[in-house]
Formats: sequence, structure tokens, C-alpha cells
Amino acid sequence: MSIFINRNTKLVVQGITGRDGSFHTKQMMDFGTQVVAGVTPGKGGQIFEGKVPVFNTVADAVAATGANTSVIYVPPMFAADAIMEAADAGVSLIVAITEGVPVLDMTRAWPFVKERGSRLIGPNCPGLISAGQSKVGIIPARIVTPGPVGLVSRSGTLTYEVVYQLTCAGLGQTTCVGIGGDPINGTNFIDCLAAFEADPDTRVVCMLGEIGGTDEQDAARYVKEKMKKPVVGFIAGQTAPPGRRMGHAGAIISGSSGTAAEKVTAFREAGIAVAQRPVEFVDLVKERI
Amino acid sequence: MNIHEFQAKEILRALGVPIPTGEIATTADAAHDVAARIGKAVVVKAQVHAGGRGKAGGVKLARDASEAREKAKAILGMQIKGLTVEKVLVTEAADIASEAYVGIIMDRASRKPVFMVSPAGGIDIEEVAAKTPEKILKVPVDTRYGLQPYQAMRLGFFLYGDLAKARSSAKIMQQLYTGFVQSGCSLAEINPLVVTPAGEVVALDAKMVIDDNELDRRPAVAALRDESAEAPGEVLARQASLTFIKLDGNVGCCVNGAGLAMATMDLVKYYGGDPANFLDIGGSSSPEKVIAALKIITSDPNVKAILFNIFGGITRTDDVANGIVAATKQNPLKVPIVIRLTGTNEEIAMKILSENGFSASSDMDEAVRRAVALATGGKAA
Repeated sequence: MSIFINRNTKLVVQGITGRDGSFHTKQMMDFGTQVVAGVTPGKGGQIFEGKVPVFNTVADAVAATGANTSVIYVPPMFAADAIMEAADAGVSLIVAITEGVPVLDMTRAWPFVKERGSRLIGPNCPGLISAGQSKVGIIPARIVTPGPVGLVSRSGTLTYEVVYQLTCAGLGQTTCVGIGGDPINGTNFIDCLAAFEADPDTRVVCMLGEIGGTDEQDAARYVKEKMKKPVVGFIAGQTAPPGRRMGHAGAIISGSSGTAAEKVTAFREAGIAVAQRPVEFVDLVKERI
Repeated sequence: MNIHEFQAKEILRALGVPIPTGEIATTADAAHDVAARIGKAVVVKAQVHAGGRGKAGGVKLARDASEAREKAKAILGMQIKGLTVEKVLVTEAADIASEAYVGIIMDRASRKPVFMVSPAGGIDIEEVAAKTPEKILKVPVDTRYGLQPYQAMRLGFFLYGDLAKARSSAKIMQQLYTGFVQSGCSLAEINPLVVTPAGEVVALDAKMVIDDNELDRRPAVAALRDESAEAPGEVLARQASLTFIKLDGNVGCCVNGAGLAMATMDLVKYYGGDPANFLDIGGSSSPEKVIAALKIITSDPNVKAILFNIFGGITRTDDVANGIVAATKQNPLKVPIVIRLTGTNEEIAMKILSENGFSASSDMDEAVRRAVALATGGKAA
């Protein structure tokens, strides 16, 4: 099993003919993802890689192919519009990879998506991958293997690091989800924890947080009150100075709030095992399976 | 991106916010001339991207033009939180009957901009929030509709009991909200918003922080950037599309991805070292980016060892290897370098490095330990 995506995921790629979109679409097809359509305005009628029909609009793509999931590689200034277009076309899962989306745009796109009952993951995220089933986004396929660990993270390469170490130690994954490093994102830790708790194949959950905001603290409370499955956590940014954005737009300690120390404390109080180094995930997960 | 107080004031003044007149000066004599033109008591205010200017001695009252010259002379060139004051704002001093706080901040939890106002203005709002939260009113704004008149009035009445002042402040809140949206802010605040003895509501200070993601579509706002007020390494990094933040340690870090970069810094600390910087070379890193990164890291005299930590996904590790080789041919390194890379094209990268006399490991912990040992002369780790 898996969360959010599976073998039945029928994917439409928004921005399929762009540099990043075309590269990663090929990678997703190689992985076995059902890529059923692409969208680039003005390129409707083309066929991508001899297989995937391209449409001018998401509505056309959904009507013709029954796509239920969308992945977005369009430039930042057009990303919020692409998100809203997908939601309006009835796509139930929207994964926005694009980095650099203005936050004010997201304040309009997020309620729009919510009101239409769709789920948004991202923006500024690596997407998600379920070994042996489906990949939506950019997480490298070769680092994952099927198994009982669910993983959710705010970052990209740090996720790869931990997944790779788990895979090397023989600890496979149900689904790995990157929820993104922006201050406003569609899906938060709690959404993913709830989905992993409900997924019969996930036995341990890894949660990779970082400085900024209170999403990790809220997630810790959720783990304590609602979850039966063991959770292993990590917080990046112990050495980050206050008031500076550490690469991710959302990774900033505001005044005295959002520090790594307060998040680690919240994790410990909720009974979450805390890895001090990425490599410690391996033993902490093994002890809990 | 931070902009200066005088720039934020210009934006708000153009939208109709009542703000005392003032001008910028870069020399003590110019400050004298501005004060002479204003013709009454002035405040001389350091223009730096740092909070707590007042406490640091960067804000001074001057009764006349010659006193303004003296105060400006003391403030110009002073250091506030590591930044040198290059400019002062000389502005008309106002008589104050009461002070309030008005701010808009992008709130992650509600996914909306939230207005925050408090009649306890002029001081640190975080302190007010911690000690007397009942003195703060928060009103989230749905950006699809904007700040509604009833919301602005509710905020106004929270600050002032009488209708005239509530109305004046509600108007200022609408103007501040317009400024927030038009300039693409993540924060906009007026602290303090004051009432003069004559009963006028006036903004004495203004602060705006721009969402960096807005700058591409707002050239006029992007043009407000003052590179003289930023750390030199950070200016270079931005020109090379890198994210760099200088810190106080001696292990220079070069990593791909923000999360991994933070985790690498934390691991340096874990093994008893101190990171000299945060540096993210980003996803699709060309050799040129690596060259720029090494230039920035090696220009910091504190750096005693350099640590590369690359997990190749989109990033091709052979690009990074080529960058390291090219950069060190141009400028031979004076400090040791430890390279960890794994992922896309790892075999090619390892071959490039070993052919050029570098060794590399694929284990993150091992690399960090070695870098810390080299930087501390074997004292730690």
C-alpha cells in the first residue's frame, strides 16, 4: 500500500514540454508511473515521447484521459494559476514542484483548492514516490525500495539522504512525501501522519522537520493524541541564526519562535524518538519495526 | 529582502499615510542641511537592516541643525549588529500623546496575512504578545477580498475609543494593506503609530520586508535593494544564484539543498566544530556555481577547512567535481578541503577528482568528522 498515490494514479503533467517538465516526465515514465497527459498552452495536439498526448488546458486533458493527479513544473509566476486550473478541472491530487512561488499568490490558490475538495502538495517540494507503484515529482527512483517505512519531510536532498540510508540498511518504504519548504503549503505534516496511520502497510513513520513555523509542534501534539504507530523525528537547523531565511522561504526563526530546540522538545514530549544525525534514523527505525 | 525605513515610508506616504517630513543623508553636513530645511527639532535615525536601532544608539533627537550634524557624525559609520551605518534619515520630531503598534504579517498557520494591532506600541511586539496577549488584536485577511471596511474599523476601535481616531487609523490600515499587497510584502509594520497632542494619527516608523519570490515581477521594488547595507559575500552569492549566510565558525560548508545544508551545519556542530556559513548551491548546479561558491567561502579569513556535501539527485556530482577542479586551478586552495559526494554520476565524479589529486568519500558523517578535525587542528571530533 501507499498514501496519496498508487498504481491507479493517472497523471497529467503541467509544463510537460519545458526543460524540467520533459526531463522529469521521462524519469516518471521509466519508473512506471501512468503518465496519461501533458498540458502546455499552445501545444495541444502534440504527442510527447511518442506516447503522451499534450493538451492546451487541464480541463481538456482530464476530459480526454480521466487524469486524477497533476504535477506542476511551470515557472513560479504562473504556478498558482496552474494549481487553480488543476483544481477547477476536478483533479483530486495536485503536486506543485515549482520553487519560488510568491506567497501572496498562494494565499489565493490555497483556499481555492480547498473549496473544491482537492489536495495540494507543495509548492517548492520534491513530490512523492511509492516504490514499485508510482512516482510523482523528482525524487530519484534508485534510492527507494518497497517496505514498511512511511516518510514525510520539508526538504529535498535531506530526504534523499535519509531514504538512501534506510534503503542501504534494508529498510524499505511505503511512500516518501516531500511537503515543501515554503511558508504556505497545501499539505502539512499532520495530513501525512494521518494518512500513514491509516495505511495498513506502514509500520513506522519518519518525520523530517526544520526550523520555522509551528507545523512540527502541531504534528507532535497529533502524534501524542491520535497515533498508535511509532514516529522517528529529526529537525534541521539547530545551528541556524535567528531572523535569517535558510534557503527555504519557510525556514526562518522569527524572534524566539520556530527554533530547532523548541521543536525537538515538542517531539520528545510527544514520545517521538529524535534522531540527532540523519544516520541515526536507521537504528531508531529498526528498533521500532 | 529588507528595505530601509525611509524607503518603506516613501511607499506608504505615496499611498496617503500621514508621515512627518524627512530626508536621507550620508554625511554629517548633509544631515545639518536637511535639519536646517525642516527648521525645527529633528530625529536622526540610522538606516540599517537590523532591529533594535534605538537601543544600539542609532536613533537620536536633535534640537537644531548643528546638533543634527553632531548626532549624524556619531551615528554614521557606527556598527549595529555587525552592519555599518551608511545612511541616516533626518526627520521632523513629533510630540507624542500615545503610541500604538500596527502590523501585517504573513501567517503560516492560517495561510493568510494577519493584521496585528496593539495600543501598547513603540516597544517589542513579541514581548507584548508574550506578557500581555490581551493587548493584541489579530484579524486575518482573505486576500481574495482584501481588508474589508468593517475589519479596518474593528482594528481602529481596538486602538482608540473615539470615532475620529478610529476612523483615521482604519484609513491608515487600508493604506498599509494596499502597500503590503502592492509591494509583495511578507511583513509591513508601523511602530509606533502615534497620536499627537493635536489629535492627529501619524506613522513615525515603518518597516517592510519583501517576499524574495515577488522581485522578478516587481522591478520597481527590486530596485530598492541597497547592496551597501548587505554583507559582501551575500551580494556575490545572490549574483551567482546561490544562497549564502555568513556565520562565525571556521568550517566552510558547500551543500546542495537547504535542508541538507542545515543538517550538515548541525553535524559540524555535533562533532565539535563550528560552521562558517550556510551555503546552498541549489538543484541544477553548473561548474560555474561551484567556482563562485568556493570564491565566496575562501574569501572568509576565518575558514580553516572546506567541506563539500553533495547528494546528487538533479544535481550532477560530476558537475560539482569539475567545478572544484576548475576553481582550484584558478585559485589554489590555502586550506584543506574534504569532499563528500554521492548520487547521480558518482563514479564519473570520483574519477575526475582522483585524477586531479582530490580524494572524496561517500559517507556524510565521516566527511564532517574529518573537516572538523582539520579545522580545529585535531582538537575536536
